[in-house]
Amino acid sequence: MHAFHQVAHAFFNPHSFTLALPDVWAGFQVNLHMMVIAEALVLVFALALAIVRGLPGPGAKPLRALAIAYTDFFRGTPIIIVAFFIGFGIPGLQLGYISSRSVVTYGVITLTLVYTAYVTEVYRAGIESVHPSQRAAARSLGLSYAQAMRYVVIPQAVRRVIPPLLNDFVGLQKDTAIVYVIGVTEAASLAQQFSTQNGDFASYVLAAVFFILITIPLARFTDHIVAQREKRERAQAF
Amino acid sequence: MTAAANGNGTAAFVDVRGVHKWFGELQVLDEVDLSVNEHHVVCLIGASGSGKSTLLRCINRLERVEQGEIVVDGQTVTAEKVNVNELRRKIGIVFQAYNLFPHMTVLQNVTLAPRKTRRSSRDEAEAKARLLLRRIGLEDKANEYPDRLSGGQQQRVAIVRALAMEPKLMLLDEITSALDPQLVTDVLALVRELAESGMTMIIATHEMGFAREVADKVCFLDKGQILEEGDPEQIFTDPHEPRTREFLARVLEAEKQA
Repeated sequence: MHAFHQVAHAFFNPHSFTLALPDVWAGFQVNLHMMVIAEALVLVFALALAIVRGLPGPGAKPLRALAIAYTDFFRGTPIIIVAFFIGFGIPGLQLGYISSRSVVTYGVITLTLVYTAYVTEVYRAGIESVHPSQRAAARSLGLSYAQAMRYVVIPQAVRRVIPPLLNDFVGLQKDTAIVYVIGVTEAASLAQQFSTQNGDFASYVLAAVFFILITIPLARFTDHIVAQREKRERAQAF
Repeated sequence: MTAAANGNGTAAFVDVRGVHKWFGELQVLDEVDLSVNEHHVVCLIGASGSGKSTLLRCINRLERVEQGEIVVDGQTVTAEKVNVNELRRKIGIVFQAYNLFPHMTVLQNVTLAPRKTRRSSRDEAEAKARLLLRRIGLEDKANEYPDRLSGGQQQRVAIVRALAMEPKLMLLDEITSALDPQLVTDVLALVRELAESGMTMIIATHEMGFAREVADKVCFLDKGQILEEGDPEQIFTDPHEPRTREFLARVLEAEKQA
C-alpha cells in the first residue's frame, strides 16, 4: 500500500495537475502549431517528391536520383540529429534572414524534412499500386502523362494511402516533443521544468494525456476509413 | 507518301508494314503487314499470345515497335517525333478489362478526356456524353460509379468513353473476353451498330460468329505472324493454312463444350 501511495503521489497528485495545467497547456499549443504547419507542408512536398521519383525517361534520371538521395538521407538520420543540424547549424551559418528564424520555425523545418521522406515513400507505394492499365487507359484517350497522373493515378493513389499516411502523422505529432532539444518551449519541456521545480511527475502525465487525446481521433478516423473500404470491397465482390 | 496504295488506288486508312516487336528475347510480332481501308472492319483472330493485343497496342503507340512502319490516316505512328497525345485522340481503344476509372462516375469517365484535351466546356462535354449514354441505354447510370455496373455495362461505357473523343479508328482488344456469356450480346450489338455507322475498326476477338458477321476482312495470327488473311467466308469455311484450320476446329470444339 505504501508503494501505491508513493506512485499516486508522484504521478497523479491532483494539486500538481492543477498547478501544471496552464504551463503544459500553453506548451502544448506550440506542439499543435508545429504539427499543423508541418503536416500541411509534408502533404505537399512529399507528393511532389513522389511524383519526381516516378518520372519516366532517361532525362529525369538526375531528378530521380536526387529524390532518392533525399529520402535515404532523411529517413536514415535520427530526427534528433536533423534537429541539431537545423536548429543549431543554420543559425551558426549566420546567413542573415534564414539564420535568424525562431526555434519553432527550425522545429517545423526539422519535422517537415524528416516526415517528407517517410510520406514520400507512402505516396510512392500508393502511386505504384494503381494498376498500369489505368494509366494506359488514360494515355490512350489522349491525355498527357501529367494529365493522366493528375486526374487518374494520383486521386486513386491518395485514397489508398490515407491510412498509412495518417499513421505517419501520429508519429509526427509525437515527434513535435523531440524538437525541445533545440530550445523549443513546448509541452514536454515545460513539463520537465515543472517536474524539476515541483519534485513530482504529474506534469509529464498531463503532457502525455494531451498527446494521446489528439492521437485518438486520428486513429479512429483511420479505422473508419479502413472499415469503409473493406465494406466497399466486399460489396464489389458480388 | 507513306501510305501504301491498295487495289483501288486509294491510300489505306491503316497501313502496317514489316512490323517486328520483341519483349526482351521473345518475338511477339514477326514481319506483320496489314492494311485497313476506311470504314472497314478487320478482325484479328488467333490463340492467346499470338500477338493480336500487341499489334493493337502498337497501332496507338502504347507499345513501340523495333522495326517496320505503321501509318494511320496519313500520319506515321512509328516516327521518332510524333505527338502521341494528338495521335491517340483520333484512335480509340477499348480493353478486355474495361479499365474505367473507378474513382469517377460514369459521366466523369466519359467527359474527362474531351474536357481536358479538347478544351470543350463541361456543359458541352456532358451533353454529348449523355447523348452517347442514352444511345446505349445507360443514361440513368450517368452518376453511378463503375463498380455499381455490370461487366457488360462497364464495357459499353468504356466504348462510349472512347467514342466521346470522336475517333476515326477504333481498336477493340478482346472486349468480350472478360464478360459472362449473357452480357456479351449487348456489347456486340453496340459494336455491330458502330460497324454499320461506318466506323473503321480493328477488332481482336475470340467471338468467331461475330467476326464472320461484321468483318470485311479476317486475319489469323499465329506466333506473331499474320498467317492467313482474307474474306471472312473464305477464312471460316475454306481456310488455306493447316494451322488456321486447326485453330478454328479447336475453337469450335470449345464452343460446343461450353
